Amino acid sequence: MINYAINNLVLPKKINFINSRITDKVSHFLFFLNGMIVIGVLVGIFILLVFSAIPAFKEIKILEFLFGLEWNPTSYVEEKFGIVPMLVSTFMVTLGSLCIAVPIGIGTAAYLSDVANGRTREFVKPIVEMLAAIPSVVIGFLGIVLVGPFIAKIFNVPNGLNAVNGSILLAVMALPTIISISEDALISVPKAYEQASLALGATKWQTVIQVKVPAALSGIIAACMLGMGRAIGETMTVLMATGCAPAMPKSFLGPVSTLTSTIAIELGEVAYNTKHYYALFAIGLVLFFITFLINLVSEIVLHKYEQVHR
Amino acid sequence: MLHDQVILLKKVKKSQKEEMKMKKIKSTLLIMLFISMTSISNAQDMIQIKGSDTLINLVQKLAEVYMQENPGKYISVSGGGSGTGVAGLINSKCDIADASRLMKDKEIKQAQALGVEPKRVVIAIDGLSIISNKNNPVKELTVDQVGKIFRGEVKNWNEIGGLNKPITLYGRQSNSGTFDFMVSEILKGDHASTMNRMNGNSQIVEAIEQDSSGIGYVGVGYAKEATGITVIRIATKAGGKYVSPLVFENVITGEYPISRPLNQYVNGAPKKNVRDFIDFELGIKGQQIVEEMGFFPIPQEYKDFNKQSLGN
Repeated sequence: MINYAINNLVLPKKINFINSRITDKVSHFLFFLNGMIVIGVLVGIFILLVFSAIPAFKEIKILEFLFGLEWNPTSYVEEKFGIVPMLVSTFMVTLGSLCIAVPIGIGTAAYLSDVANGRTREFVKPIVEMLAAIPSVVIGFLGIVLVGPFIAKIFNVPNGLNAVNGSILLAVMALPTIISISEDALISVPKAYEQASLALGATKWQTVIQVKVPAALSGIIAACMLGMGRAIGETMTVLMATGCAPAMPKSFLGPVSTLTSTIAIELGEVAYNTKHYYALFAIGLVLFFITFLINLVSEIVLHKYEQVHR
Repeated sequence: MLHDQVILLKKVKKSQKEEMKMKKIKSTLLIMLFISMTSISNAQDMIQIKGSDTLINLVQKLAEVYMQENPGKYISVSGGGSGTGVAGLINSKCDIADASRLMKDKEIKQAQALGVEPKRVVIAIDGLSIISNKNNPVKELTVDQVGKIFRGEVKNWNEIGGLNKPITLYGRQSNSGTFDFMVSEILKGDHASTMNRMNGNSQIVEAIEQDSSGIGYVGVGYAKEATGITVIRIATKAGGKYVSPLVFENVITGEYPISRPLNQYVNGAPKKNVRDFIDFELGIKGQQIVEEMGFFPIPQEYKDFNKQSLGN
């Protein structure tokens, strides 16, 4: 019996020991592989974009593409390949959404980190994050049936399919990112800062605005940049709610057509391997560079902020 | 020691159980493999149809009824736009391409370079209706006026006998065959770049219901159902007779000027199963479904055209 007990106890352990070393190595390799796959996909997409975009510039002058004021690749009269109206549209919609989302986002983050009690925070934060789970088609639909008519009434314009509509919807979509990361940044401001400020006789409001927000500023900026990346890349919502007229936008109350919505609309119907087809990939490349740049900057800012606080 | 044996016995039993489990898993795997193999062999007779979103509901319905009547035949229908369908035909990824526009010369050349000989079949007629808000006093327009409005040359309703209000244009996005049809047949030019590009027929109807200064174009099927809009009567020439697309005969006889054929493209003389399905679409039952889905059956001239195109 004793023998048996020893056998039973020791033997499996030995096996476990060997097993664990093997599983250790295997899992190490697997995780490494996963990381590599992500990098591979990114590089692959980049290469695909570049190679599909290059043929466009055999026929379109690169200056005409980047600075042209008209986009009409399927014209009856003369094809035009200028992306400036789209760049302006994307810029307008993004700027508009940030104007709405940044104050609300930072306000909500400050509320969650400093004002709300533990229970309220536990309740509100998941709800904010749920906002990110709403499909963009649904938000676009709300833009058509709810926000659009509302804007039309308030500003007394014939329809609500314009840059303001897109900005509002994109603000809703960027909010979860901005709130979540800003709140993390605010919470990780050392407690001593807050206590020192309060001890000096500052009110809670002064402490939050003049001490905590500046201390967490780089984190908050990074949050806003990530929210901006979200807004620039969003397609379905703007496609449904902004009117998509390719003309150079004249005001926030006129229709706009962003880079993303143009690609989404035209890629379905374009004749493959033509100038137009390649030009759409070139737009994709421009978009890739813009979002890449924004993500890069926000990563750098976020990284700096982490270093400061360690 | 007895205890030992009992444990051993239990172990043996356990391993037997596990073996049984493994066997079960193996057999289910085998069955799955078998099923997937049979479905692959089915895929060879399956007809692949791809293309226009204007046509997708109609063709899906046709395929459904056809499969009910002919058990053992399989048809898969998918959308993505006329361009996607044509590209599929060029690359031999589908048997039939749905297109609400004609194939472009470039596409035909691409196809021929890859040994594909596209043949066009017309399966239905679509009447496009021009719609405006029901409170708008303008109820009649000529084709020429429609062109001017959508090209952006006429900018105010008072230029064409309406109120002093700027016109808001609503049209489709450039991936739609309807958009192409307007450009090549009615506008003979480009849409005004200020036109709102809407993501589908029903969105246009909804926008016009709300916008008293709006004008737009949608398939007749969509205009029939809507309540807050006027379907504008159209005349071919100034002084001609203004006719409504809501009356079937007007469209079929060609008296209503804004109508277009809806096409399918196949590669050369189609295989027997594809041919069977096309014959069904063009037959009495198929054309009935065409009418049920809000389109118009093909007139004699296109019946003759189809016969010539398919080679008998």
